[in-house]
Formats: sequence, C-alpha cells, structure tokens
Amino acid sequence: MTDLSQQGLPAGPVIKGKLSRDDIIMRGGMIVIALYLIVSMVMPLYAMLSKSFSTYHVDLSQYEFQQSDKDGVFDGTSLSGAQLNSQIPVYAPKDLNTGADGRLSVTKWFPDFSFRSPVKYRLRNVSPNGRFLVSSTLYTGTDWVELDSNKFRRVQLRPIKTTGLGNFVNYFSTPALFQSIKNSLWISVVSTVITVTLAFWFAYALNRSCIRYKGLFRLVAMAPILVPSLLPGIALVYLFGNQGMIKELLFGASIYGPIGIIIGSVFFTFPHAFLIISTALAISDARLYEAATSLRTSSWRTFWTVTIPGARYGLISAAFVVFNLVITDFGLPKVIGGQFNVLAVDIYKQVIGQQNFEMGAVVSVVLVIPAILAFAIDRFVQSKQVALLSARSVPFQPQPDEKRDRALFAYCSLVAVFIIGLLAVCQFAALVKFWPYDLSLSLTNYQFDKMDGGGWGSYFNSIQMALIVAVIGTGVVFFGAYLVEKSNGFKIGRGLFQMVAMLPMAIPGMVLGLAYIFFFNNPANPLNMLYGTMAILVICTVTHFYTVSHLTAVTALKQMDREFESVSASLKQPTMKLFSRVTVPVCLPSVLDISIYLFVNAMTTVSAVVFLYSPKTTLASIAVLNMDDAGDIAPAAAMGMMIFYTNAAARIIHLVISKGVLTRTQAWRFR
Amino acid sequence: MSIRRVLLATAAATLSFTTIAAAETELTVYTAVEAEDLSRYASQFNEKYPDIKINWVRDSTGIITAKLLAERDNPQADAIWGLAATSLLLLKSEGMLEPYAPAGVEKLDKKFVDADNPPAWVGNNAWVASVCYNTVEAEKAGLTPPKSWKDLTDPKYKGHIIMPNPNSSGTGFLDVSSWLQMFGDKGGWDYMDALHQNISRYTHSGSKPCKLAAAGETTIGISFAFRGAKSKAAGAPLEIIVPSEGVGWDMEATAIVAGTDKEEAAKKLVDFAVTKEANEMYNKGFAVVAYPGIAKPVPHYPEGLAEGMIDNDFVFAAVNRARILKEWQSRYDGKSDPK
Repeated sequence: MTDLSQQGLPAGPVIKGKLSRDDIIMRGGMIVIALYLIVSMVMPLYAMLSKSFSTYHVDLSQYEFQQSDKDGVFDGTSLSGAQLNSQIPVYAPKDLNTGADGRLSVTKWFPDFSFRSPVKYRLRNVSPNGRFLVSSTLYTGTDWVELDSNKFRRVQLRPIKTTGLGNFVNYFSTPALFQSIKNSLWISVVSTVITVTLAFWFAYALNRSCIRYKGLFRLVAMAPILVPSLLPGIALVYLFGNQGMIKELLFGASIYGPIGIIIGSVFFTFPHAFLIISTALAISDARLYEAATSLRTSSWRTFWTVTIPGARYGLISAAFVVFNLVITDFGLPKVIGGQFNVLAVDIYKQVIGQQNFEMGAVVSVVLVIPAILAFAIDRFVQSKQVALLSARSVPFQPQPDEKRDRALFAYCSLVAVFIIGLLAVCQFAALVKFWPYDLSLSLTNYQFDKMDGGGWGSYFNSIQMALIVAVIGTGVVFFGAYLVEKSNGFKIGRGLFQMVAMLPMAIPGMVLGLAYIFFFNNPANPLNMLYGTMAILVICTVTHFYTVSHLTAVTALKQMDREFESVSASLKQPTMKLFSRVTVPVCLPSVLDISIYLFVNAMTTVSAVVFLYSPKTTLASIAVLNMDDAGDIAPAAAMGMMIFYTNAAARIIHLVISKGVLTRTQAWRFR
Repeated sequence: MSIRRVLLATAAATLSFTTIAAAETELTVYTAVEAEDLSRYASQFNEKYPDIKINWVRDSTGIITAKLLAERDNPQADAIWGLAATSLLLLKSEGMLEPYAPAGVEKLDKKFVDADNPPAWVGNNAWVASVCYNTVEAEKAGLTPPKSWKDLTDPKYKGHIIMPNPNSSGTGFLDVSSWLQMFGDKGGWDYMDALHQNISRYTHSGSKPCKLAAAGETTIGISFAFRGAKSKAAGAPLEIIVPSEGVGWDMEATAIVAGTDKEEAAKKLVDFAVTKEANEMYNKGFAVVAYPGIAKPVPHYPEGLAEGMIDNDFVFAAVNRARILKEWQSRYDGKSDPK
C-alpha cells in the first residue's frame, strides 16, 4: 500500500475508540477512588512535609521602642528592636530562632534600666504580625503601649512563623535525637535476622518435614497477628521486670531496653515472616531434589544449593517486611524501651509529650526514608521473581525422616511455647489482684472505667470502628482494584492509580497519623469537621492498610479472564451488572480475606490512630497504651487480651462464613 | 451494585458519624485529675446540672497544657477543671482564658484565686509532693528510709529511685521548681545533678513512680501524697515520706477557655467548682482545699504534710517554666520514659 501523505492527501483524523457509557462510569469511579487516596494520603503527607520546614523566628524589626526621660516625657525618637540589638548585641542570631513557645525579654537593651526608675517606656508592633506580652497579657495591635519601668521589665517578645531548614539543622545537631537513628537501625537489623531465621526453620518444618500437628502449629504461629504489638512488651515486664517471674534468666541484664524490644519484635513480626517464607517453601520442584540425590549430594549441600536458592525471594521479602515493621513500630519500644530511644517513639515524644509538631514532622521525614527504601527494595526483588514451577515440574513431597522430624518437632514446640507463653502470662497478670504482693485471682483489673484510656467504651468503639473499616474498606479497595484491573485504555491513569495504591505500605502509621493532624486539624480545611470523629479513624485505618488489601484484590481479579468483560459487552450487559453478579461472587473468598485482614488490623493498630482519637472515640488498643503509661499495667494486659479474644472470635466467624460461602458460590471450582 | 449506591452508602455512613446528639449541652473539659475520680466529679456536677454532659479529656498536666497551647488558634476545650495553676497562668498569658467571677468566689481562700478581677482561674485544691517508699523491697535491698531530699542523693539508693519527667508531668515540675526555690538556682541544679546519678528512669506520668513503687518495680518513687495514700489503701506495702526540707505543691484550678460557644454551661461548671459541696468532694483525695474550714483528714495521708508545704511562688514557676524545662531536658533527658 502506498503512503497517503506521499500522494499529497491530508492525513485523516486519528482513530480513537469511542468511550461507552460503561467506560465513562468506570473511569469516573476510578477517579473518585484515586481522589480518595489523594485526599486521605498524598495531601496530608504534603502538609506534613511543609510543616517540617516551618520555623519560629523573632523578627526584631517588627517592634519599635521609645524611652522617656526621668520626668516621663518622651522626645518622640523611636528605635526598632533590630537597631537596639545592633547597638547592644544582647541576642545572637541563633537566639532569635526559637520554638513556638519562645520568649525574649527586652530590658537588657537599656543599660541604665532599673525597675524602680521613674523612666517610662513605649512599645508597639510595626505591623499586625508582631506579638509581645506584658506580664501575661498578649498585645498584637500597632498602637503604642506606654509602660512604667516596673511593667516594662515584664515585656516578652514572641516569635512568628517562617519557613526554612532550621528544624532539620536543629534535629541533626541534637545528639540525643540523632542517636535514635542508630538505635532504630540497630534493633531493626538484629530483630530481622533473628525473626527470619526462626521463621525459616518453622516454615521449613511445616512444609518440608512430616511432623505431626502441622495445623495446630500453623494456628499458633499466626496468633501474634491478633494482638497489638505492645502486648508482648507487657508480658516481658511480668516475666523479666524487677519483679519478674523468671528474671534470673537475664542474668542481671535489664529487660527495659534493646533486649525487650528485640524479643517483643520477634514475637509480633514472626507471623508475617512465617507466612511469606512458608509460601516460598510450599512450592518446589521435586526433580531438583531427585537430581541432587542421584548426584549423591550431601543433604547439607542440597540445602544450600537447592532449598535456600528456591526460597531466596521469600527470604529477602520477609527480611524487608520485618525490618519495616520493626523500624516503624512504636507501641513496643514505648512500653519496654526504657531509656532506649527509637525514631517512632521520638515522633510521639515530640508531638504528644512536647507538642513540638514541627520537630515531630522532621523525625517523620527521617523515619520515612529507611521505610521507603526497604519497601522499594522489596518491590524490586519481587519483580525479579520468576515462576519456579513449570508445567513439567513435579511437586515436592516430604518423606518421613524420624531423626529430622523429631528435632524439628521439638523446635516447633519451643516456638509455640514462646508464643503461647507470652499470651498466657498476659492473661495471668490480668487476673492477679495486686502483683506481686497479693496473688489471689480477681476481676478488679477489668474495671476499665476506673482507669485512664476510656474504659469499656473504648473497647466497644474499637469493635465498631473495626466493623466499619472492614465493610467500607473492603468495598472501596475491591471496587478500586476492579476498576484498575478491568477497565480499558486510560493507561496513564491506571498506572498512577497503582502507584498511589502502593504508597500506604511504605508510610509508617505514626507518620500517616501525624500528617492527618496537620491536614485535617487546620481550620481552613473544609474537611476539618472530620477531626475528632470516628470517620477520620476509619479513613486513616483504611488508608494505612490499603496496599495489602489492594494486592490481594488484584491477585484475585487477575485469575479472572478479561474475556468475561468482552462477553458481557457483546451481550450488551452493563459492566456493573457483571461486577455484582459474576466478579464479586467469584472472588468472594478474597473479599472475605480482605475484610478480616482489615478488621484484625483495625482492632490492633496503635500507631496511626494514636494522634487522632478524641474523648468520644477512644480505642481499645490506645487504652492499652495509656493504661500502661499511667502505671496500670495489669489492666493494660487485660484489655490487650480482650483484643486477642475478639480477633480470635472474628477469625472463627470468618472461617465459618468462608466455608458456608465457598460451598454456595464456589461450586464451579469443583466438578 | 451501582456506583451511585456505593457513593450514597459511603456518604450516609460519613454523615452518621458526624451528627451529634443535640438533646443536651455537651461540655468538653480538659483535666489532669486522676482518671478514677473523674466519674465522681461528673456525677456530683450532674446532680446539680443534669442537662450538661461532661466529656473529659484527661492526660498528665504537661500533656494537657501542651495540648491546650497547641490548639490556641482552634481551641477544642470549653473549660478546664483540675489543671495545675502554673499551667493556667501560662494559658492566661496566651489570652486563652475567659475571666469570670463565679458566684461565691469570695468565700475561697485568697491564695486559691487569680489576682486579677474578674479572676481568670479559681483554685480547687492543693496537691503535694511526697516520696513513696516500698518497705518490702527496701528490706530486701537492705535500705533505710530517707528522711530528706538530700538523703536521696546517697549512693546507696543508686538505681532505686524513679521520678516523673517535669516536661510532661505537673508533679515532676513542682518537684523541680520547689528544689530551685528551696536550694537556689545553683544549689537546685547541683542537687538534681546528684539525684540524677541515683535515678533509674524518669516517667511520663506523675502517678506512675508511686504505682511502680507500689508494685515493687522500684523501691522509691517520687510522686504525690494523694497517689501514695490510694496505693496504700489498695494494700501496697508503702510508706509515704515527707522530706524534711519541705515539699513542693501546686493547686488544681478551674477556668473557662476563651472563645467557647458554650459559655453559659462553662460558667455553671466554674460556679459548681467553687461550691462547698465541690470542695468537700476534692477533700476525699486532697488534704488542702480552697474552701476554708471544711478540710477533714484523709486516710493514709502522711503526718506533717500541710506544715511541709513550702511557700510556693507560682509566678516564678510560670515565668521560668520554659527555661527550667529546657535546661532540665538538656541535662537529663536521656533517662526518660518514651513520651
């Protein structure tokens, strides 16, 4: 065919597919959910970033002073604060950069000042931006204020807000804060190495040996997911604290510090590592092992050349997930960290303890860097993963080996005792009347209404929130995933959406919560009314746990052929009908998985919501934290165990429903 | 399910969270009073004013103060009931308090009322520093009870003492401010340098050191008398010691937050806070209350506590608060509880 343009004919219009009504609905839906993610995550994070650059500075040129003679007569000459300070340099430039609460007194600029002198002073702000105090009254106007000497000594200049790198400079020049970076990295690395090693052997036992009670072990290994991360900390206080049951095992070392954080971190990250490694070990090609055996390779060598390489992506992924969990966790170091400061706790200390929001934002920015790095490496490694199992593979079946099985069984039992033991200690502590002096059992520690933290109301708030998160969150996440996965064209939009949906995983909960304060507690924000409501807790929690839910939904949807959409289109059926009549029922197991994931995490989350709860919306997990903080450790353990039982019950209900639903809607899977 | 239905459902759910019951006035009251007493305060108040519901926001003195300061441009509280007078002086300097002379304020001890007229705040009761001493653990460690603050710097107590961090705890701050007033600026810091050697950690809450001493996690907890009396009543093997040099104290006070749209209800709260009934209620836990002549002795309170109270200069404490806390933090913060 000859080119038309060569024949001098004008190029025709570019042919573009016409958007159908369905396409418009789907794109509209995608834009709505993308907007949700932008408002609930990108904008708050931006607000936080800009906060980290806002500093407080006393601008001396904003003030003017007049001084009278001894008879109280003013000659009318006025000098600005800057001029006074250049005459008698009282304040160095660094003194002028203060915090939000900074105050500067002014009398030192007048060398002959005495509070008994009859000399009078006048003072004013040059512009309405200036602020100064006389005793405890604030003046912001530009009118002259006349003061006698005795009053003038009580004048304090107040800073105004500016923008700059001052907070970061301040942060990196404070050794105590800087030390936290090292501390955080150190405990994260150690915890990661220990957890991944332990979880590997546990997963190995469950997938590659013939030990008994595999189902039970699997159940026990998942138990830590059901409790807030600070609960193991409380258990460790009862075990190894100064009045601990078995504190002799520590040989005099203190549990308050890195030891406690690491043991607790191993406990609460174990299930995450176990799940990932277990998946990696579950599939493997038996032919590789046959080849190894026929080559007379020692089992040790086989392990290093076949087993480990086969599971390497799982191991790396588990390591980064654990690292991320530990470095961003704050409940555990808060409870058992003692004097050992870590980044996540620093944010809390700066914000809640000192209400230094700017510094909190700076630490958040610092904490986000390793978290995002770990996340990015994990994604990169996962993208490298290729199918281990081809059509010709033979699935590996473990053969009984009495010696190995016995050793692995003993090992698994030890891990199980560790997990169950910590939970049992908490339950026991919750029931003891007055540890360690009155060991009789009683329910006094369950009288939550007499303690800090919101009482039983907070427990019911938690359940309410978790249910709303599970319902709304699942809806939003699954629908969003469907739109991204199944709509046509609009490549850039879909790519962007995928990226934004990945982001929550990399943002630590503390950082997200803090960002929400900056964004939603701003009176100028029309969404300000959400602040202090249950809605903001729901939004924050859904956003915080968006990524894993989204990935689960996408995986389920990928299993469904796009032909379904084509068929429905050729049958002239609206996509939404297909979605509700075919897609959702087919993916129902995954939908249920997402909802239980969201429910359990909403019950246990502390870090994201700790900045956002209000007196009406206290939560059980926060109550655990606050009760421990006030020294009511036993009630804190009691509340923590209530969360555990609730989550365990939710899991059982989920199991029953899944079974029922599976037999009703998944009949097509079994022929 | 159509998109519209999804959106409608989401919108409806959002709305249902934000609607607030309008039947009665709800008052958001910030407080640092111990959690277990709050329901008693509220129910006594509701006997007189049943149509006002109190929503408490409770935390340590320093935290509540910092929270109020942080919210200065967008106050969330309607009133403050039971916060340290030093903190209220600070809030007053930010123009955050609405001056109001409650009915019957003239009956209170002058010491307990703000000097301005109308007063920006009115006092309820004094709370007094004390040392909680666990006799069982002390015996195990072979320790003898300290008699004075200076005794606590004895090396034999090394690692046995816990005190609250003044940055977050009002009790911690009144200790520090009393030492600086009693021993002078240099003497005070020298004393704290020495004491720091013996401290095992600084807690965020002012009651925690005593609760930890009660539970045997430490031997000596620098806390306040009221908390010690309560733990002792609960069966803890505690002795409550009043150091011989004198003890710091602060008062809990009540005020209206400027700019509240529920001023009428807030005024009723302040009216109630200065009544005789209210003062009798404070007296259940505090030996010294604002209303003269009604205080009865509190069980398990140490003897000589009222005599031990130093002549506290609240203005010194309020004016120098920021400087003292900054200095303290730069010297000792490494041993602090996270928060």
